[in-house]
Amino acid sequence: MSRYLARKIVIYLLTFFVAVTIDWAIPRLMPGDPVSGLISRLQTDPTAAQEMHGYFTESFGLDQPLWKQYLNFWLGLAHGDLGPSIAYVGSSVSELIWAALPYTLALLVPAILLSYIAGNRIGAMAARRKVLDNTVLPVSYVLTATPYMWLALVLAYVLAFRWQIFPVSGAYDFSLQPEWTWEFARSFLSHWFLPFLTLFLVSFGGWAIGMRNLIIYELEADYANYLQALGAPNKLVRKYAYRNAVLPQMSGLALALGVVVGGALVTEIVFGYPGIGSLIITAIQNRDYFLLQGIFLFIIVGVLIANFIVDIAYVIVDPRTRTGLLGS
Amino acid sequence: MNPVTLNVDNLRVYYRTLRGDVKAVDGVTFQVADGEIMGLAGESGCGKSTLGKSLIRLDGRMRHVDGRVDLDDEALPIDDMKAMDKYRFKKVSIVPQYAMSALNPTRKVGKMIEELLESRGVRFENVRPELERRLSLVGLSLDVLGMYPIELSGGMKQRTVMVLSTLLNPALLIADEITSALDVSTQKAVAETLVEFRDRDYVKSTIVITHDLAILYQIADSILVMYAGRLAEKAPADVIIESPRHPYTRLLISSLPEVGVRYEEKRLTGIPGRPPPLLNPPSGCRFRHRCPLAFEKCVEQPPFVEVEPNHRVACWATAPP
Amino acid sequence: METAEPQAEVVAGTVVAPAPSAAPKRRRSETLYFAFRNRKLLLGLSVVFFMLLVALVGPMLTDRDPFEFYDQLGQPPSKDHWLGTTAPGQDVFAQFVYGLRASFIVGAVAGCVAAAIGMAVGFAGGYRGGVVDEILSMLTNVVLVIPTIAVLIVVSAYLSVGSLFSEALLIGLTSWPWAARAIRAQTFSLASRDFVSLARLSGQSGWKIVVKEIAPNMSSYLFLTFILLFGSSVLIAATLDFLGLGPPEVMSLGQMLNVAVSNSALQLSMWWWFIAPGVGITAIVAGLYVMNVGLDEVFNPRLRQT
Repeated sequence: MSRYLARKIVIYLLTFFVAVTIDWAIPRLMPGDPVSGLISRLQTDPTAAQEMHGYFTESFGLDQPLWKQYLNFWLGLAHGDLGPSIAYVGSSVSELIWAALPYTLALLVPAILLSYIAGNRIGAMAARRKVLDNTVLPVSYVLTATPYMWLALVLAYVLAFRWQIFPVSGAYDFSLQPEWTWEFARSFLSHWFLPFLTLFLVSFGGWAIGMRNLIIYELEADYANYLQALGAPNKLVRKYAYRNAVLPQMSGLALALGVVVGGALVTEIVFGYPGIGSLIITAIQNRDYFLLQGIFLFIIVGVLIANFIVDIAYVIVDPRTRTGLLGS
Repeated sequence: MNPVTLNVDNLRVYYRTLRGDVKAVDGVTFQVADGEIMGLAGESGCGKSTLGKSLIRLDGRMRHVDGRVDLDDEALPIDDMKAMDKYRFKKVSIVPQYAMSALNPTRKVGKMIEELLESRGVRFENVRPELERRLSLVGLSLDVLGMYPIELSGGMKQRTVMVLSTLLNPALLIADEITSALDVSTQKAVAETLVEFRDRDYVKSTIVITHDLAILYQIADSILVMYAGRLAEKAPADVIIESPRHPYTRLLISSLPEVGVRYEEKRLTGIPGRPPPLLNPPSGCRFRHRCPLAFEKCVEQPPFVEVEPNHRVACWATAPP
Repeated sequence: METAEPQAEVVAGTVVAPAPSAAPKRRRSETLYFAFRNRKLLLGLSVVFFMLLVALVGPMLTDRDPFEFYDQLGQPPSKDHWLGTTAPGQDVFAQFVYGLRASFIVGAVAGCVAAAIGMAVGFAGGYRGGVVDEILSMLTNVVLVIPTIAVLIVVSAYLSVGSLFSEALLIGLTSWPWAARAIRAQTFSLASRDFVSLARLSGQSGWKIVVKEIAPNMSSYLFLTFILLFGSSVLIAATLDFLGLGPPEVMSLGQMLNVAVSNSALQLSMWWWFIAPGVGITAIVAGLYVMNVGLDEVFNPRLRQT
């Protein structure tokens, strides 16, 4: 078991290293230099521009030799310093990210967990009952093919704009401040629901389809046939099939994380939800390279951690990994 | 007359396919006496596996089209999935062809056995001593119960499944090609285990399905030869081997290599031709196109008649009624 | 009826009539037979074909230009503008059909790129095994874990994608890992089969074996993989375009959604503007996915439910 986990850790560390390096390298490989871009946007007169150019270049550390910049980058990382933001002048990148992160997590974590659980359950049920299968399957295919931002728009249009059940944008009512009161909680929840629903529905489709196929496959397996030949009740066969089908689904969870994170980003944009997604849009529109870099790193680290958690869960769920006979 | 455990009367089991019915078992009648080990032999595709499976669980596209099956004088409802559950494992059991992958890979062997028994209303604690005794009998250590299937060798899994399938002392055991994937010495051990189970009354009667006549000669009391969905001959094992009547059986026996005979002295002959398709089988005797003794009467299906006590043949040429 | 089989044998002095044998029908026509009967394949294929038709023929049906501004601002569908106009006054129908074209192009090209890389990596690792496989697997796992969107966002932000092809290339370069994994697994199981050993013994070089023996036996699997890559590429491209990271000069469905949102199409109730592009994307991708399932059933008889 420890060998299995150790292998995974090595991959993650390697990935982290590669990701950080790419993250650092990209702006420096691109034509032009970021400071000039920044200055041209500030639109000051040429002499001031010169001075500012020198100032910014120095303060961003861009005048140092490359290897030093690289080292400084790592050092900064170790201190949690991701640099200053260009779009939100005066704030540091880490500040901005930490402020936006809770909102994104509030959407992602429940959406991933609930869609996984519900999708698996319903997919398993659909594998057994033809009637259910004929409705669940087509719906799931359409759901999983739906782009997140479009579903977000449709839900926002119908449920928020037309029928006015939910608010259209923001994380909470303008008049309120984040605080631990019922009023805030209610406002938060009603703003939270539609973006959450968007993420939930699209992901649900994928899980339902996957589980349904896996269950069908397991129900045809030799052990299932043997149990049935010996008269075992369907409940037992289904229980075994489900437990076995969950394993590849778990591996799939790690893969799906990347997709749903992307989905969360665009959903936030549609709903004006102040999470990482909205931050990204601002960063892109303002060519805020530092903010983009910082977000990228955050996403990577987040996904790696989540992957690792899934791996641990997998070890717990698949008893064969503990015998040491199964490789990674 | 020995009391009869299994009575099969004109059984027809077809596979429903897009192109029509494949008549895998097409009018089969025979009996298996108490304590008898009956071999069911024939080439691939003759229907022996289908016959064996139909006695315990019709799966996939199999359909029970005609005939009846009686076990210990009680009619077996083979086409009623739910009703058959009462008999499965307890009265009729099977060691399947895929025994080596029949155990749930993510469950410890002991746990799976326990859960299976409990689900069939048998308290595991009651049966546990007997289970352990039998595992030791076949040469398995009790540690097996705490292991996962992936930790066991093929032969160990095979033996485990044999013990499990016979744990509740069924009246009829169907052993479906259980020696096909094994090496010769393991084959011997497995075959001897079958006999041992019968001698110790773990199993009353056994049907051993195989294409390997040599094994049957060792352990079977009688051999039933099947061809293209129908029965060709049934007789005590030594009679089948030493004095077969049906042309197919004769060709089968003579095509077996003999120990000590060299190829130059006597060439190995197979049986020329191929078995007929079971989707639209020819009328009459299905062997007639490959049969050296075929004549005009063979366009009519010969009856399965008794030529001497306990020896039945379906052939106009060698067994005129 | 007996079919003539030249197997008359003389045994024991008598002539035996030739045995009627089950001559197997030509496999090709059997596959087509099932293909035309498979509802899912037909449904998926017709949806995709229909959208393709719209993408090809649509631009010819309209004389409107997707980027030009017309007089009627933010108008619902009418005789002049079949799907209405955007807030700044562009024709939605024109944008829609040109956007469909872009989706198909990006999906196909990105799918090809990802499939090519996936095959190269998957075949190499699956066939060679050993150290080569270890390294390639590590590489695959690393690229797999990194969320595609994050990479694409960062790279596109810096590179400012200029054309559909560069966008497709980028997407292809990041979405190959799961295809590589799947292909590697299949190659593994095929490589241990006898016909491959035979080819190896007869002295064929590694790549020749892969191309001549292994790949053809996996052809249906490769095709299915390509279709899935096509579908996922369309979705990824739509997301990128929505974020404003796609080629700005090219009209795309994602871009339509982007402009719609930033122009408050939602609050202005201009449903015709943002419903159409989403329907387009969903239809193409869902059609591809359903096609995939149908094809799987056609290629693998075990899955057939008739």
